[in-house]
Amino acid sequence: MTLQTLYAIIAGPLAVLAITGFVLGCVYRIVMAVRQTASDRMVIEYFHPRYALRSIFRWLTPYATVNMRRHPIMTLVTFIFHLGMVVMPFFIFAHMLMVYEAFGLSWPTLPDVFVEWMSWAVLLALVFFLGRRLILPEVRYLTTPSDYLILFMVALPFFTGIWAYKGWWAAEWVTLLHMLSGEVLLVAIPFTRLGHMVLFFMTRGYMGSEFGGIRHARDW
Amino acid sequence: MTQQTVKVKNSIVDDGIEAGLARLTPERIESVIQRVLNREAGARLKTYARTCVHCGLCSDACHHFVSMNRDPKLSPAGKVKRTIGVMMQKKGKVSTDFIREAAMVAYSECNLCKKCVLYCPFGIDVGYLMTLVRRICHLLGVVPRYMQDTAHSQSVHFNQMWINGDEWVDTLFWQEEEARDEVPDIRIPVDKEGADIFYSVIGPEPKFRAQLIYQAAVIFEAAGSDWTMPGSPGWDNSDLCMFSGDNEMMGRIKRAHFEAAAKLRVKKIVMGECGHAFRSVYDVGNRWLGFKMPPIPVIHAVDFYHDLVCNGKIRIAKKFAQPITLHDPCNIARGMGLYEKARELAHALCDTVVEMTPNREHNICCNAGGGIINCGPPFKDKRVEANSVKAKQLFDAKAMGAEVVIAPCHNCHGGLEDIIHHYGVEMELKFFGDIIYEVMEKPE
Repeated sequence: MTLQTLYAIIAGPLAVLAITGFVLGCVYRIVMAVRQTASDRMVIEYFHPRYALRSIFRWLTPYATVNMRRHPIMTLVTFIFHLGMVVMPFFIFAHMLMVYEAFGLSWPTLPDVFVEWMSWAVLLALVFFLGRRLILPEVRYLTTPSDYLILFMVALPFFTGIWAYKGWWAAEWVTLLHMLSGEVLLVAIPFTRLGHMVLFFMTRGYMGSEFGGIRHARDW
Repeated sequence: MTQQTVKVKNSIVDDGIEAGLARLTPERIESVIQRVLNREAGARLKTYARTCVHCGLCSDACHHFVSMNRDPKLSPAGKVKRTIGVMMQKKGKVSTDFIREAAMVAYSECNLCKKCVLYCPFGIDVGYLMTLVRRICHLLGVVPRYMQDTAHSQSVHFNQMWINGDEWVDTLFWQEEEARDEVPDIRIPVDKEGADIFYSVIGPEPKFRAQLIYQAAVIFEAAGSDWTMPGSPGWDNSDLCMFSGDNEMMGRIKRAHFEAAAKLRVKKIVMGECGHAFRSVYDVGNRWLGFKMPPIPVIHAVDFYHDLVCNGKIRIAKKFAQPITLHDPCNIARGMGLYEKARELAHALCDTVVEMTPNREHNICCNAGGGIINCGPPFKDKRVEANSVKAKQLFDAKAMGAEVVIAPCHNCHGGLEDIIHHYGVEMELKFFGDIIYEVMEKPE
């Protein structure tokens, strides 16, 4: 199979599959969580949009909670990591270009140099997370092999992305690996612990509702 | 020291837990766990289990973890991993030894204080997960003996202290008589229909601290309150069944309490200075009974006293002179946000208020709540040693001049008393009621 055919498959049907899998998977996660409230009615009964949003925004703001301030480095690393992982991919020129070629849509993107540095920052953040898992006893005790696998799965698209951008050895093949690993990661989100990407809003929202509406106390 | 501590921890043998374990079969364990995991628990359990990213950021929230040399097994997530995590993974196929360990964790290593909710980025409620473990243990009949004894008392008498009906009314009359030496016309109105306030207390008040009822009567009298106490079961607002995992009995106790108040057609329930009782009436028991909010407004003593003192309904003769520090009980701080009112009240009553840090909703637990103190003598050493961090906090407050600790919760009193004694902190413990009684202008 030639490079071109492989590229066509990975950038075409596989990409569509991955995005569909991601979206449907996330919807499935949310639907399941909501359905499970059948035997846990409280979650719905006490849900309070204002307090839910209050808690969610608080926990999405850097250093806005006591525990974030207790772990200043972890907080910094976490926010950079999440911005690099969730937001940045939408604003990479090469990514936008693919959408432009397929659908004719375009939007402003970040300078490539910035993207490269940010990608290195994401990789460093992953090394930091790995270090925490290996060094801190309370984190090591909780860590399971799947946690390491997830770190690796997240690292791969960023590492291969830098590689392809730099045009190092066999960059064309690494580009394919980059796309493939990104697609695997996308599908993995709703079906692994990475699902916290969607579930965060539900768990935090519920706790925000309980603390704001019933307990009249801060939950941060 | 750590070695020694661990030895003490592991040597605990609880007769109630052992007797329960002896009756278990693998099939029974599996069916009970399956029942709770699949039928009683739902969205929260499954979502929490799926969401936790094993980051360990909850650890520092827990006084057990911090006090016990940062033992990873005692972090909130560590406790989940040791209990319900395994139960879910093995679908209930666990050994009796595992159940013993799970019961030890759920009943004696977590106070259900929910502080970890404030530290977990996702707001995962480990207190709730430990409640589920306790529920499983209760259904398996594996409950610490002393706690089960209290639960039995509540099943028989609807109070936690084996107090008979006549003993209760006798105690009220006795305290009324005592109070009349001081305030000649004072009454403790029993079963007064149509009163504004239904005053309920926990079982240990008439049993061990009857003077608190006397003091409350003087405070009500001074404020000119229209109040009453029920003469029949329903007077005890406490609830150890809530902590043992006996939800059915919890529901009956709470129903008796609400019905006693409803029968007297009162406007509101005012509760004595107890945290867990407030939790059971305001937060947990009402939900079990199907009330979204309590059917009759429930007001904790701190809230009530705040209204009396800060709105001038009772007058202060001379402020309390000894410097005090304020302990925030979990159930009224994280459970009702009364931390600011408690402070305003303390400042209104006392000359000097020294703050402990962390405080308010981040305060360090007494390690008695969540029913741990009710697990009785076998667990006392462990309970006190697993809260050295509170002792340190008290020492710090003392170094800043505090001589008295105000703790508006009975469990906190029990726990702090043991800590103060064990670590030689030498501070005095008081309720808000004690202080108010001491500094108020008494009725003639």
